[in-house]
Amino acid sequence: MPEPASGPDRAVGAALARWRRLRRRPETWLFLVILAVGTLFGLMAPGFLTLPNVIDLLETYSVQAIIAMGLFVVLVSGGIDISFAATASVAQYCAALLASRLGLPAPLVILAGLAVGVGLGCVNAALIHHLRITSIIATIAMMSVSFSLLMYFSGGRSIYDLPDWWTSRVVFYRAELASGDIVRVTLPVVLMGAMALLTWALMTRTSIGRQIYAMGGNPEAARRVGIDVGRLTYVAYGYLGFAAALGGLVQAHRVGESVPNAMVNTELAVLSAAVLGGASLAGGVGTVPGVLLGIVLLAILQNGLNLLGVSPYFFQIVIGVTILVSTSITVLSSRRGRRLRTLGEAPSHG
Amino acid sequence: MSGETPFLRIKGVSKRFGGVQALIDVDWEVRRGEVHCLVGENGCGKSTLIKTVAGVHPPTAGTIEIDGRPVPSLDPAKAKALGIQVIFQDLSLFPNLTVVENVAVESTLGPALRPVQKAGMRRIAGEVLARLDFPLDLDALVADLPVAERQITAIARGLAAKARLIFMDEPTASLTRAEVDRLLAIVARLRGDGIAVVFVSHRLDEVVKVAERLTVMRDGRKVGTWPVAEVDQRRIGHLMTGVDVEHGVVARDMRAAPPLLAVEGLSRRGEFADVSLTLRKGEVLGIVGLLGAGRTELALTLFGMNRAEGGRILLEGRDLALRSNRDAVRAGIAYVSEDRLSLGLVLPQSIGDNLVLAVMRRLKNRLGLMPQARRRALAAEWVERLKVTIPGLDAPVRTLSGGNQQRVVLAKWLATRPRVLILDSPTVGVDIKNKQGIYEVVADLARGGVGVILISDEVAETFATCDRVLHMRAGRIVGEAVPGVVSEHEMEERIYA
Repeated sequence: MPEPASGPDRAVGAALARWRRLRRRPETWLFLVILAVGTLFGLMAPGFLTLPNVIDLLETYSVQAIIAMGLFVVLVSGGIDISFAATASVAQYCAALLASRLGLPAPLVILAGLAVGVGLGCVNAALIHHLRITSIIATIAMMSVSFSLLMYFSGGRSIYDLPDWWTSRVVFYRAELASGDIVRVTLPVVLMGAMALLTWALMTRTSIGRQIYAMGGNPEAARRVGIDVGRLTYVAYGYLGFAAALGGLVQAHRVGESVPNAMVNTELAVLSAAVLGGASLAGGVGTVPGVLLGIVLLAILQNGLNLLGVSPYFFQIVIGVTILVSTSITVLSSRRGRRLRTLGEAPSHG
Repeated sequence: MSGETPFLRIKGVSKRFGGVQALIDVDWEVRRGEVHCLVGENGCGKSTLIKTVAGVHPPTAGTIEIDGRPVPSLDPAKAKALGIQVIFQDLSLFPNLTVVENVAVESTLGPALRPVQKAGMRRIAGEVLARLDFPLDLDALVADLPVAERQITAIARGLAAKARLIFMDEPTASLTRAEVDRLLAIVARLRGDGIAVVFVSHRLDEVVKVAERLTVMRDGRKVGTWPVAEVDQRRIGHLMTGVDVEHGVVARDMRAAPPLLAVEGLSRRGEFADVSLTLRKGEVLGIVGLLGAGRTELALTLFGMNRAEGGRILLEGRDLALRSNRDAVRAGIAYVSEDRLSLGLVLPQSIGDNLVLAVMRRLKNRLGLMPQARRRALAAEWVERLKVTIPGLDAPVRTLSGGNQQRVVLAKWLATRPRVLILDSPTVGVDIKNKQGIYEVVADLARGGVGVILISDEVAETFATCDRVLHMRAGRIVGEAVPGVVSEHEMEERIYA
């Protein structure tokens, strides 16, 4: 055991070590960036930093945040999934059909929708684990297949007659501010919180969560210590399927209809949020708070740029650049780490 | 001690992979709390033996007894439950997790939704490290630890899993003498607790200090087991190879030869610094040092794969600006990488295609096409010159033995007619007969005026082939020796000190 240092020295040392660890966390930097960008927009666009606007933003991004939780799990496991938006659309449309055409009761419709999502996730897992197809290829292919099937069978027709239980607004908390603005905490925000909490608990507090981290860090070692890598693959992609389906159901809840192609092109935004939050595309790294912060930053950027009247294409550029920059940083820093280790480890020369 | 049942006893174990007989009728035992060395050349069956005992490969024939009870169908989980742990050379740690999570990883193997026992894992890790008398920051990420401490982490993980027999595969390959001593102290401690340790190593001198018995394997058979006191290095070498290899010193005084490649103050941040050396025409220059001393990194820079950040490279007096390895190939520099399987060969492709890979440009005719006949002629010529034993030019390289694969890689680069040939650990995984063959090729090339840089882990190898040997440590060249003037033993002392 290390020699116990004297009182104050030890406290200072511990604080220093904590700061050093904190400084290395992407969450810390992200938080600082969010503060800076938020303040900037707050100054430039009055109305940005008001509570109603912030809550509104949260609600707008709740669907992406819910799906990002699932994607985060897949990224930690060392894989990637591009098909989640297609999965969400398929699950949503299937549920909408059951609800409007057959008039099934709410629990059955929700269950069926989630089951479709989990099922599609498991198909991804099967392709990746059993057929050893690289995850990005398998999921791009699956995205194409499931989305095209959806367009083929739906003919691109939206479903507008969703039942009331699905589309009516659920408000959990309501308050009127002194300014007269009304603040509402609604179902999407609550579900987002619940998913974040569930994912956080799963990944940090359960055996299987830690196994997913281990597998993402070193799959071969995971196999050797007796972790069932195949099962974890199903869990990760199945969980993302679940999250995507839930996101799909919530999306229909928010807009009051099911449009087959409403969610396409959200893939990169969700991916960039997760990557921004520190989830490594190489696997094994990332946290739920980080992903949430990533979502918040993207939301602030999009909304802020909107308020400033900047073209929406600019935001797409931001998303693309974010993915490129954060992944390059990951690669560069790990390469540098490897290099520094060569000299760092060898004994000092005499 | 001899009256006791051994912890592990295997009888008549054989293992066959397709047409290859990896283990033949092996009887072996490991006693409780014993430190045992398992030695043999690459490909002698050591790893297969370990994997068989660890339940990874079920034996084709024979029985395995643990604690005197036969275990008919041993699988990895059962082997672990019975206390058999293997620490692979790559350590199989999780770099993204903390020391605690690595050491106590078994605690997370329970039912999927069982809460992680954070306090329990901490307690386990703390206890095990205390038992090893080795303080580590429990919350440090393994990626941030130096190699020696990662090794301790791996051992601690074995202990935490209630190991009774720990196999350590080449545990000392990247450690300094001080670190090795610390490791051996830990091993002695394990022995005190009744835990048996089997070392698989080729650096025997140090391991022999703590071991009681030694088993030699050759060609899938057990040659025998002896008390360590009864065998010396030379005898072990003889037992491992079955031949008496007496490497004479071949060093020639090359100072009169014109300089071919000169390196001045070459640096690359984090890899090597201020490296200066001169390779003369026809000279064989060895570079030795610990794993991770920067040798391969230096070679990669000389081959243009990585860019130098400072210093100069001169080829026959002219400045060489290497922007990529294509520039290096064009300048006449060839590099045979240490990892021939992943970097040197296209395994599923034919021997012929592999051979001409680096010289396709030269094979093109006026139309820019590559006539099949030219390609075959060139490949056949090199197969003949390097005496590669092949079933045919069209057979995939995958089907060749390690020694012959290495010859194909060599031939591929020799076909570029290099003036400077850099060989990085060229005999890893090559058996003794083929090793000798590769040495002969090197000597032959040198006589033809090619300058050869030979990077090796084994001092003996450089002494058997080189005119001069440079010692690299922590990214710098710290010494030079002429084989014969300095003895092999002295050189080893310098490296591992």
